[in-house]
Amino acid sequence: MDYSQFLAMKQEIALLGVFLLVFLYDLFMPKNSQRGLSGFTIAIFAIFTVSCFCPVFISGHEVAFGGMYVTNPVMLTIKNILNVGMLIVLIQASRWANSEMQVIRRGEFYSLMLVTLFGMYLMISARHFLLFVIGLECASLPLAAMVAFEKNHYESHEAAIKYILTAVFSSAIFMLGLSFVYGLAGSLYFDSVYFALTGADATDPMLIVALAFVMAGVGFKLSLVPFHLWTADVYQGAPTSVTSYLSVISKGSAAFAFMVILTQVFGCVYSQVWEWMLYALIILTITVGNLFALRQHNMKRFLAFSSISQAGYIMLGIIGCNAMGMASLMFYILVYIFSNLAAFGVIQAIENQTGKVDMTDYRGLYKSNPHLSVVMMLAMFSLAGIPPFAGFFSKFFIFTGALSGTESTALYVLVLIALINTIISLFYYLLVVKAMFLSSDEPVIAPFRSACSERVGMWITVAGILALGLVSCFYNQILILCQTWGLPSLA
Amino acid sequence: MTPINPTIPLLILALPLTMFLVLGLLGPKMSHKAAGWLGVCGMGTVLILSYFTAFTYFFSGNEAFTDGVNRLQYIVFNQDWLQFYDKLVIRIGFLLDPISAMMLVVIPTISFCVHLYSMGYMEGERGFQRYYAFLQLFSFSMLGLVVATNIFQMYIFWELVGASSFLLIGFYYQRHSAVSASKKAFIVTRFADLGFLIGILVLSYYTGTFNFTELTSAATANGSYAISETTAFSAFSSFGGATFMGCSLFSWALVLIFMGGMGKSAMMPLHIWLPDAMEGPTPVSALIHAATMVVAGVYLVARLFPLFLLDDFSALTFVTVVGAITAFYAAVVACTQVDIKRVLAFSTISQIAFMMVALGVARPDIHHGMGYMASMFHLFTHAMFKALLFLGAGALIHAVHSNDYTAMGGLRKYMPITHITFLIGCLAIAGIPPFSGFFSKDEILTAAYENSFFWGAWMSMVAALTAFYMFRLYYMIFWWNEPDYSAHHHKPHDAPWVMTAPLVFLAAVSCVAGFIPFGHLVTWNGAPYTIHLDWSVAIPSVIIAVCAIALATFMYKKENPLPDRVAKATGKLWTAAYNRFYWDEIYLFITHKIIFNCICRPIAWFDRHIIDGTMDGFAWVAQRLSIAIRPLQSGNVQYYVWVYISGALLLGVVTAFFMI
Repeated sequence: MDYSQFLAMKQEIALLGVFLLVFLYDLFMPKNSQRGLSGFTIAIFAIFTVSCFCPVFISGHEVAFGGMYVTNPVMLTIKNILNVGMLIVLIQASRWANSEMQVIRRGEFYSLMLVTLFGMYLMISARHFLLFVIGLECASLPLAAMVAFEKNHYESHEAAIKYILTAVFSSAIFMLGLSFVYGLAGSLYFDSVYFALTGADATDPMLIVALAFVMAGVGFKLSLVPFHLWTADVYQGAPTSVTSYLSVISKGSAAFAFMVILTQVFGCVYSQVWEWMLYALIILTITVGNLFALRQHNMKRFLAFSSISQAGYIMLGIIGCNAMGMASLMFYILVYIFSNLAAFGVIQAIENQTGKVDMTDYRGLYKSNPHLSVVMMLAMFSLAGIPPFAGFFSKFFIFTGALSGTESTALYVLVLIALINTIISLFYYLLVVKAMFLSSDEPVIAPFRSACSERVGMWITVAGILALGLVSCFYNQILILCQTWGLPSLA
Repeated sequence: MTPINPTIPLLILALPLTMFLVLGLLGPKMSHKAAGWLGVCGMGTVLILSYFTAFTYFFSGNEAFTDGVNRLQYIVFNQDWLQFYDKLVIRIGFLLDPISAMMLVVIPTISFCVHLYSMGYMEGERGFQRYYAFLQLFSFSMLGLVVATNIFQMYIFWELVGASSFLLIGFYYQRHSAVSASKKAFIVTRFADLGFLIGILVLSYYTGTFNFTELTSAATANGSYAISETTAFSAFSSFGGATFMGCSLFSWALVLIFMGGMGKSAMMPLHIWLPDAMEGPTPVSALIHAATMVVAGVYLVARLFPLFLLDDFSALTFVTVVGAITAFYAAVVACTQVDIKRVLAFSTISQIAFMMVALGVARPDIHHGMGYMASMFHLFTHAMFKALLFLGAGALIHAVHSNDYTAMGGLRKYMPITHITFLIGCLAIAGIPPFSGFFSKDEILTAAYENSFFWGAWMSMVAALTAFYMFRLYYMIFWWNEPDYSAHHHKPHDAPWVMTAPLVFLAAVSCVAGFIPFGHLVTWNGAPYTIHLDWSVAIPSVIIAVCAIALATFMYKKENPLPDRVAKATGKLWTAAYNRFYWDEIYLFITHKIIFNCICRPIAWFDRHIIDGTMDGFAWVAQRLSIAIRPLQSGNVQYYVWVYISGALLLGVVTAFFMI
């Protein structure tokens, strides 16, 4: 075996290094320096994130392990995007992780989180279903433990059980789908399946069922409707840091992996089969997510449904099946990371201070905590897609991506439905803003000063929301990358 | 080696923007003095940087700026901002060419004077920091406008100057008149900008580009650009002779773009906002509504001048006619107003119209497009002396607390510095040598006579009216019997040095600016041109100006019944001119009676019943649906799994069903 192949996996290996350092620190450092664990993790993860932008990591198209593993600058970029999100999550989580309650299990929290990120890396880079499943499980199972982290909260346990049961079930369905794929193609390599399916009968029921099951399996991670029912309960029950992690990082990686599978494996049956399946899923996801979000009062549950409908928008980047859609999907994930984490940052700060997570508690927040309110407002505006904040441009580009190079009326109808849903979503995002700014009631939450780490997190996210909206070079860079390195079947 | 360090131009834009943010966000926490001096220092730095840039451009002789004979256009930087697809890109950049370099001198100079002056004028006002923040925003927008490399960037900054003008006119937001004036200014100019936008879209649709350098000039060997009639002609031919309503679409595009200019530069019939805009603080009027923003329309035409030359000059003829009518109209109205700021406002309209006419009569084959040079020259000199007059008027208003000339009189004894500087301004605008206005106006008149005798004579008449109304104003302020000043706390006196220093400086500039060899600096295609005074035009126009001043002296030197008798004798004409020929009333009639009733009402009905109804329907359906699907989220995990598997199967079955 040629061990130099491992050099293709520089990012993964570096991440494992980070994981090992954190793990060793947790195990062997004396008790009195354990409090430094969060700071240590943040510091080395920050170094890792920054160094991933260094030329050492940048390479051309590299294939390793007989074609199971592939990397190229596009994948490097999406991994970098996830890293940035992860870093913000770590910063935001540090106050919670340092609280008395979590003190003995802090190390596990960080270790598990880093392992899931490793799994996501594998999902993105895998070109063989076996490796993909390993990545998927690696990214799913530790999350169940993280969801259960609030030892004293009954909801946390309930959420974890629900999560693990549905996750296991969806894995089973996914595997079943894979076995059909294997039956059809005789291989689990992405490109072999692709060649086997080229020219195959698209009306083959086995192919259709296989596709439906694969979509269900990945749709679970993305919480696409109707595979989403676990989302709200889990988001609500889980510790807020885990919720924010689930809603952005986990979702972002799954979205990219989903695109890879649909285009790389099933690209040849795009217009006959999965375009319409995805079409239905998108409409359902956006609409149902929105309709549920309308009536939520718990902020975490509310953001759970909002994130379901956002996932529908992300899927719009796939349905166009072109390089522009791919770029807009990546940009959307980046923007979504900043916007959603800004919202979660505020929720977390308030929850840590007062334990309140209800929308009614946010009434008159502007009077007592103007800074938090402004951050929340920016987050809501960005999520709703109001210019000039980043969310407007990500929505704009994703619509452009879905429609570019198509004459299909159906896609125009789809974008129209998405636009109508944007209006509905505006309603509930503005409900939060209204509660904070326009309510004449006396504020429920007394003025307080949030912790340093929380403020750093908010500054980063706000800077991201503004910069991604006003500065154009990010999207252009991604677009250029996607056009040069885009997936082979997209060319 | 790069001809100029790109950091400097970048700073020229970035500094005012930063100042705006700093003053806007942190201003309320600063003291008035700190905020004010911060603003002044910021603008002072911009002034130095801009002077450096402009002087480097004009005098360094770098081969990027000049090919030895002609001046070239040089793009310092040009950053993609929003890319729709490879052709449709919006860029933000910095273009250096003779006119933008000239504006880099004008804008910071006036802006700096106004910043300094406002330290005294706005002292103790509520919202002082906000005022300075807005001034910085305006300076940023105006600088961004003049250095635009493409027409879309120009449009963006065009709207930004409109917005900052709106904010500054409505600065005294508790005053009802200020609020309505700001709204009026915004709506009228926005309406004009609609034409501008359509014009941009038509032009770019056919030519496939927003960039000025691709519309009007050709690249030279070393990366700069030279104005090229061939490029302009190929832009013209890309229209392929398309027509709309009997006129060529090319002319339509230019006229629509010019409509934006008409709005900003207050040309008839879109002039109605400018007199009302005088509700803003007087230094703002000096900066925005006299020297810089209102000449944006002239600048726009100058920018696209090579295009205007095509299609048998039809667009240029339109410019000339609009300019000539406006110039005359505004001059007549200015003769009758009593509010000194309004006199100056109408005088501004009339003078801008002068510049428009100069552009309109310019032809490349007549003295190398002398009208273009004259127009830019007048833009430069006018900015200086009109800012001087406005700042002088501000000093007067500051002293007597009224805009009305009846509250003034005999002020020459009390405010000697203001008096002298104001007199210099009046002499400059009247066109008396050796003050700057004489030279630039003379060039305009020469260009007009060269084009046709009619336009020359017409503009000479307007020039006579100009001299007349300015001296009418001058005598009424400084020579008439003084009203009872004892009602005030103190006698009127000259303002503090921060206010008089800009006056003295601008007066000095107005004395010498005429001797600048402008033809060597700014011409339509960059080719140098030596100005020769055409004595056959200059001598008669001086005589006309002197006669007009003499008439004004005769009528207004002392308070006497003669003006009243003249007003009575001319009867209706005087009343009409006093009421600005009822333009506002005409607009009110058209909007209230015709547009509101015939168009707005049905639309409002449609909006209320159909659109709102649909939206309410959506909301109702959404609400119902969301209640209906509530049981889906039961919290029961068995049920979740059941939905999951049936969803997956259904997805497969339905797809299969549709395919087979």
